[in-house]
Amino acid sequence: MPWAVLVLLAAFGVPALGSRYYTFLANDVVVWALFATSLNLLVGYSGLVSFGHAAYFGVGAYTTGILMKKLGVGFLLAFPAAGLAAGLFALVFGFFCVRLTRIYFAMLTLAFAQIVWAICFKWNEVTGGEQGMPEIPYPGFDWVERVAAVVPWVGGYRTSDYFYFTCLVLVGACLWLLRRIVASPFGRMLTTIRENAERAEFIGVNVRRYELAAFVLAGAFAGLAGGLFGIFNRGVFPDFAYWTKSSEVLIMTLLGGMGTFWGPAVGALVLIWLNQQIVSYTQYWPLILGTILVLLLFVFPGGIVGALAGFGRRLGRWSARHA
Amino acid sequence: MLEARGLAKSFDGFQAVAGVSFTVPPGAISAIIGPNGAGKTTLFNLITGHLRPTAGRVIFKGRDVTGIAPHDLCRLGMGRSFQRTNIFPRLTVFQNVQAAFVSHRGRGWNLLASVERLYGQETEALLDAVGLLDKAGEVSGFLSHGGQKQLELGIALALEPEILLLDEPTAGMSAAETRDSIALIARLARERNLTLLFTEHDMEVVFSIAQTITVLHQGRVIAEGAPAEVRSDPEVRRVYLGERR
Repeated sequence: MPWAVLVLLAAFGVPALGSRYYTFLANDVVVWALFATSLNLLVGYSGLVSFGHAAYFGVGAYTTGILMKKLGVGFLLAFPAAGLAAGLFALVFGFFCVRLTRIYFAMLTLAFAQIVWAICFKWNEVTGGEQGMPEIPYPGFDWVERVAAVVPWVGGYRTSDYFYFTCLVLVGACLWLLRRIVASPFGRMLTTIRENAERAEFIGVNVRRYELAAFVLAGAFAGLAGGLFGIFNRGVFPDFAYWTKSSEVLIMTLLGGMGTFWGPAVGALVLIWLNQQIVSYTQYWPLILGTILVLLLFVFPGGIVGALAGFGRRLGRWSARHA
Repeated sequence: MLEARGLAKSFDGFQAVAGVSFTVPPGAISAIIGPNGAGKTTLFNLITGHLRPTAGRVIFKGRDVTGIAPHDLCRLGMGRSFQRTNIFPRLTVFQNVQAAFVSHRGRGWNLLASVERLYGQETEALLDAVGLLDKAGEVSGFLSHGGQKQLELGIALALEPEILLLDEPTAGMSAAETRDSIALIARLARERNLTLLFTEHDMEVVFSIAQTITVLHQGRVIAEGAPAEVRSDPEVRRVYLGERR
């Protein structure tokens, strides 16, 4: 845990580097890290592979977007509302999804996500339809200037930088909460379901109810990520809920390592960084991505963090032998 | 303690269990035996709520529990182990038994406490009782077959059952392992005042610890009684014991 705090502190220093672009990338990573970690609660901890996690990301983004842009609600309310709305959608959809298993479960999550996408795409009056909803306002940061008048080194950043700091604090808090959840008795019950649902049932675990709870929590946190993403992206668009977003977040989770808590966040960092690097050299990003995935599935099934952990263990044994 | 009344189950017209009735009094050690395909495991699954019977009732502690979900039966005090070893393979030995304690004592909905040392003492005491304490930190999937069976027993006992249903507890074990394992089960049942119902194919095991035996053949009960009676029953000798001698 201490090194996670170090990473967070280091992340606060990014805007001080002076590059708008780096801050933009860092903000992108931070929000996707939360999105991917929320999915990992299902995929990595409960053994439920969702192909439709973008639905809740999208619901969260539209909730915050509509509240802030159309209704003039403040960020302090519009942000938690994203989690609440996404959680409610997850409760309704999840109620049906957890009645199915494996591929049927995955297909139903996908089907619900496509319904959400279709509604966002067509319901012009509320969601802006195909055109989406551009120009979601930033939260007000006037108070920072007032603080800066008293405390010397606080002010002087761009609004986008302040929003980045806000994301860091909120995502940091969400990850801390998720970390507590997976290390709690509830989290242990989820792993028993992942390992052996039949046996879990016979140690008294109501499998469906736990799965539904995990689904709602994962949806709610994805919604919070979506709420932040809409503001960061300066607009909310139907493709937030499209299946390609669901597959992107699933790839991040696999790439980073779904067996570990921090894997998906690392996956978000690596995938976004790789994308930026490779797109400037070649237009064949999907080809490269496909190759990375194939390598991953065959050579490092535990993802980046899984591979590093395995390497660390081997190094430990090696140094113990040679000590 | 436990009673089956005319339990029946058919799969697509195949009658796996055809009207089976028996009673297990409190504190008894009872066995269900029968040749392969006699319907023993199906009967177990009917009792423990994994399958819904096509006809008949299951009465547990005076209460009709037919068709109740396994997790609810578990709360009422029915524990079971499985024929094909059934553990949480990527959790440690400690975590396997601990999870059973957490679930059974209703702490599973706590989202914010740390699970790490929860019920640590109880878990270790139980691991000690089933002889796995020295392997507590190992990943359970890497245990030997016998070790995994011991662990299953540990998981089942953590649920503080009043009756324990064991489906072929010595399946796949060597003669020595079988002897140790049966001695362990008999000792634990005595110490914890458990009612025991088990299926078994090893005749020596059955006749060494069972007080009553129910013999199943093609989904029907063909004999029932104390080991000595069952052993001398002509019908049993013909369909079952006869085949083996």
